[in-house]
Amino acid sequence: MLWIAWKMLIGNRAKYLGIVFGVAFAALLIAQQSSIFCGLMALTVSQILDVEGAGIWVMDPKVKYVDDVKPMADTHLYRVRGVPGVDWAVRFYKGIARARLEGGSYEQVILLGLDDATFIGAPLNMIEGSIDDLRAPDAVIMDIVGYRKLWPDEPFKRGRIIEMNDRRAVIVGLARARKTFQSFPVVYTRYSQAVRFAPPERKVLSFVLAEPAPGVPAAELAGRISAQTGLQALSRDAFLAKTIRYYLLNTGIPINFGITVGLGFLVGTAIAGQTFYLFIVENLRQFGALKAMGTGNGTILLMVLAQALHVGFVGLGVGVGLAALFGWGTRSFSKLSFYMPWQVLVITGVAVFLIVLLASLLSIRRVFIVDPAIVFRG
Amino acid sequence: MPPSALQSPAVHVRGVTRDFGSGDAVTRALRGVELDIPHGELLMLVGPSGCGKTTLVSIIAGTLQPSGGEVQVLGHDLVAMPPAARVRFRRSNVGFIFQSFNLLPALTAVENAAVPLIIAGWSRARALPAAAALLDRLGLGSRLTNLPSELSGGQQQRVAIARALVHDPRLLICDEPTSALDAENGRITMELISGLAVRPDRVVIVVTHDQRVYPYADRIATMEDGQIVSIEARRRGEIGAPSHDK
Repeated sequence: MLWIAWKMLIGNRAKYLGIVFGVAFAALLIAQQSSIFCGLMALTVSQILDVEGAGIWVMDPKVKYVDDVKPMADTHLYRVRGVPGVDWAVRFYKGIARARLEGGSYEQVILLGLDDATFIGAPLNMIEGSIDDLRAPDAVIMDIVGYRKLWPDEPFKRGRIIEMNDRRAVIVGLARARKTFQSFPVVYTRYSQAVRFAPPERKVLSFVLAEPAPGVPAAELAGRISAQTGLQALSRDAFLAKTIRYYLLNTGIPINFGITVGLGFLVGTAIAGQTFYLFIVENLRQFGALKAMGTGNGTILLMVLAQALHVGFVGLGVGVGLAALFGWGTRSFSKLSFYMPWQVLVITGVAVFLIVLLASLLSIRRVFIVDPAIVFRG
Repeated sequence: MPPSALQSPAVHVRGVTRDFGSGDAVTRALRGVELDIPHGELLMLVGPSGCGKTTLVSIIAGTLQPSGGEVQVLGHDLVAMPPAARVRFRRSNVGFIFQSFNLLPALTAVENAAVPLIIAGWSRARALPAAAALLDRLGLGSRLTNLPSELSGGQQQRVAIARALVHDPRLLICDEPTSALDAENGRITMELISGLAVRPDRVVIVVTHDQRVYPYADRIATMEDGQIVSIEARRRGEIGAPSHDK
């Protein structure tokens, strides 16, 4: 009987394509907007993700997210190092600096100060120069997207000078960094150099990056550091979650995207539901004939659900495929964030399943109550 | 079927009423219909539009419940039968030929003819050859894979006949089987029904307005205003309207 249901469904090409279009449109809108939302959320944690190797971030207890830097005294580094189970711990500076360009204009940049000895937190993907070039006096490395933003259409020029806090900084390399939420250029330098580029403050230490000794779970050590130092210590994953949660709860991003996703769901349900309903109504005589010939309501329900699931799967595939194509097509467009994790596929799948379920529920009642004697009416 | 079972009427209808609507708006479509149809008979049900013919065959076929009365078909009490059992009864025992064919437009001729077997749980691999063989007997061997839209009205009706007979039902209900056909196709259709369908263990009920098909009847029951007003025995091939119409 499922075979008959399938033939009935695809037999009317126009209707079939109309239903698939409705579902695909909803899936496209939901997947695309959710992916852009995820992309934006990924931007908020890009600088946590860019710091490889450190399992624990230690910070002021009042810090709410990664950009909410509350400077600490440098001595906290030694207190963290003194906690049992800490394999190593290093300083990490993060702040916003004003860079004066050659022409006299100013641009804000994200300034990251890496531990002078280990360069923990350094970019992994160098495009020009090497990370060791940071050992030169006044040396900085800039991310390539930021460099292109400041000097569009100009090739990389090693030794280019910018000024921060009236101090000379020499660009010695280009690195690939994840896009940031503020979309400012990212400038890497040594910690000792960074505190000179930053506006003068009594306390300058932004974070302590630590790594647990082998066999010590990060979450457990983070708790131990917090208890022993009074600082806020979070595993990398916990800090990612805390930052994302902050943006979810304290910005309008989720609401704005939620509205678009919700509209996609509603529009998809309306288009798919209406078309599917019309499809069912147009086929009432056929369902009536099947019922007259001895098809029970249970089988009819299975047939309608199978038809709905079929258009759901096809629409989901087309919609998610188009969304992925959109992401792939705009991958080089630096102002757009698009990140499609598997969770987006699951969410879109669930939404599409609900759409087709609603569509079939709207119409199934008509089939259930159809009198098999309808077939005797000419 | 044991010979004794063929002695009792295949269709036994007593005092059947059927109302539509409720309260003041109630319409009585059947008013105490009495009818017995023996096995092996081709009965024609005739009468003006709205006299209750379709309502009566719907009740006999088990697609509609009467408001009152007694309905025994092939030994089954359809009034007392639960809905799910009536569905099973129709699936196993009843074949339908509809006025507007009611073929599934997305299915080919052979697939349409195989539908009752598929409903009965046959696999496609078994059902399609059986349906193809019957269509071949009906002269549609070369049109098996054509969609209904690619067939003429007469060919569509032959597919509908195959669909009605493919699962070997013991009750065949034909609702105005010739009204959508020209004279020649109507004649062919009735030849096929009377030639293929009429068997000692089967009842064929034909609802019709078409006097040209009367010669194929064993008996003609005339309905008026929700009642059977006359039943006339015929000799197959006898020409002319039932005496009540004259």
